[in-house]
Amino acid sequence: MRTGKGAGEGSAELLIEGVAKRFGDVVALDHVSLQVAQGELLTILGPSGSGKTTLLKVVAGFETPDAGRVTVGGANITALPPAKRDIGMVFQNYALFPHLSVKANVAFPLEMRNVGRAEIDRRVGEALAMVELAGYEARLPKQLSGGQQQRVALARAIVFNPRLLLLDEPFGALDRKLRETMQLEVRRLQRRLGLTTIFITHDQEEALVLSDRIAVMNKGAIQQIATTTEIYERPANDFVADFVGESNILHGTMSAPGLVALPDGRKLMVDSEAAPGAKVGVLMRPERFAPGGINEFTGEIVEAVYLGTTFKLRLACEGGQELLVRQPARGPLPAAGTTITVGIDPEAIHVF
Amino acid sequence: MTTRAAWPALPALILLLVFFLFPVVRMLGFSVEAGTLDWYAKALGEGLYLRVFWNTFEIALLVTLFCLLLGYPLGFLMATTTPGWATFGFICVLLPLWTSVLVRTYAWMVLLGRNGVLNRTLMESGLTTDPLPLLHNFTGVLIGMVHVLLPYMVLPIYGAVRRVDPAIPAAAAGLGASSARIFWRIYLPLTLNGIFAGSVLVFVLSLGFFITPALLGGGRVMMIAVLIEQQVRETLNWPFAAALSAVLLVFTFAVYAVAQRFTQSEATR
Repeated sequence: MRTGKGAGEGSAELLIEGVAKRFGDVVALDHVSLQVAQGELLTILGPSGSGKTTLLKVVAGFETPDAGRVTVGGANITALPPAKRDIGMVFQNYALFPHLSVKANVAFPLEMRNVGRAEIDRRVGEALAMVELAGYEARLPKQLSGGQQQRVALARAIVFNPRLLLLDEPFGALDRKLRETMQLEVRRLQRRLGLTTIFITHDQEEALVLSDRIAVMNKGAIQQIATTTEIYERPANDFVADFVGESNILHGTMSAPGLVALPDGRKLMVDSEAAPGAKVGVLMRPERFAPGGINEFTGEIVEAVYLGTTFKLRLACEGGQELLVRQPARGPLPAAGTTITVGIDPEAIHVF
Repeated sequence: MTTRAAWPALPALILLLVFFLFPVVRMLGFSVEAGTLDWYAKALGEGLYLRVFWNTFEIALLVTLFCLLLGYPLGFLMATTTPGWATFGFICVLLPLWTSVLVRTYAWMVLLGRNGVLNRTLMESGLTTDPLPLLHNFTGVLIGMVHVLLPYMVLPIYGAVRRVDPAIPAAAAGLGASSARIFWRIYLPLTLNGIFAGSVLVFVLSLGFFITPALLGGGRVMMIAVLIEQQVRETLNWPFAAALSAVLLVFTFAVYAVAQRFTQSEATR
């Protein structure tokens, strides 16, 4: 497992140490450790069943871990009930109180903290202004659009200045356009308030847009924690390489410094210091292929798709290797059945 | 609203028409057979009968209240516990419902009598010296009716609690609400419709309840249905019985209509 640059910066506001949780025979969390710095937005990215939601529930207090510790700002909160944790959370389907107005929804956490009437009015007004919902105070949740409901949920989660903000796949129910707007808005708000935030998603694109750092989870364990570019350019293993972005993953052995021998006998020139004899994985991103690259692949186009800015080509290469290649969409779409040659430079290949 | 054919409902409609509506109308006819409203004047004018109506109303109200106090926690627990316990709860609630009211009422007589199980246990354990008067009085009727009607309160409440998305109370907890506040601010308002439905059901059923008050009241607790039966069977005064029935029917409809209005305004809000 690699740890990216962001980890050391600032103080660790949230510290998760060796958290384990099983449900019967299913290991949901296999001794997970991570830290989130003050003001950082960390995304936990993983497929469904990877344990990311369980981890969030442990942080929020809805699940008690079998082992491990959760510390916020130096205080151990592992045994605290949710109500005592001072954590703002936006749920997947927002979980707004359907019988309460927008104003009463946002005022709820303040009322629970016995804040005075005038102060509540002021802070609710501020929070609603922040999510651009001033004037909607009297509406009921069902009278709002999905995006507006989301904003109310967000306002409700931040109005009491929580130590931590948790976002559980909050954009899943929104259409694409709205989702993008909301993503940027959440990011802007999070930065402005300096909120330490954990964001849960299975959408790798969303993770790349929003995060300072990403923790990729699979089978209850963290596969890699790193900055967004690090995760994309230098994934730690097959799973991360495959889950984030499109990829061509090959396996081979270092036959000499800077040379990987593939099982079919081919040799690839790579930019790697791995010792000869080491078993390595090789990642080639589809968009890194270009005509004239040093490592050449020749193959027949099996499938060609026009995607606006790029052509997406599936090549069947000699030796049975399949390659996914993206090329800038210039000129006519290459026809299936034609044979082309593409190349990739050693620096564009990631070895892990 | 719908243009679907109504004919599949026809057999049931005919059945109701012939064997329910017709006898009811025929029976109500007895009350005005003499061509006057004298029997109604008697039912609504004489203190004795007004007392019975008031008694019925009072008992129905108390039964509803006690059913609510017992039924809400039960329905709530059943809706929020593990599936295993929920099934156990269902068996406990439904088993009595499938048992004859007569059997259950006699069972209460065995339990509540002067030498009944309860009194003997109490006296043997030294908690009381004399048997408590639990049977053939108001208390006995109340206990029996609450028991018989409890399922009608529990089930709508169970349904209402089940319809609350579990993320909502979880969100409230996360926002700092204690269990008590989650109940008062979240569960209670979100399950009002279940409370309302259960209460109307129990109240309306209580108004016309016969077997339990007749047996456990031992003739000393007069509810309207018991009075009607007396008029039919003992004094053979069918017109008066019909007039009493009509008043009960109108009152029940009135309760139902008011309830309907409430639920509708709730739904369109």
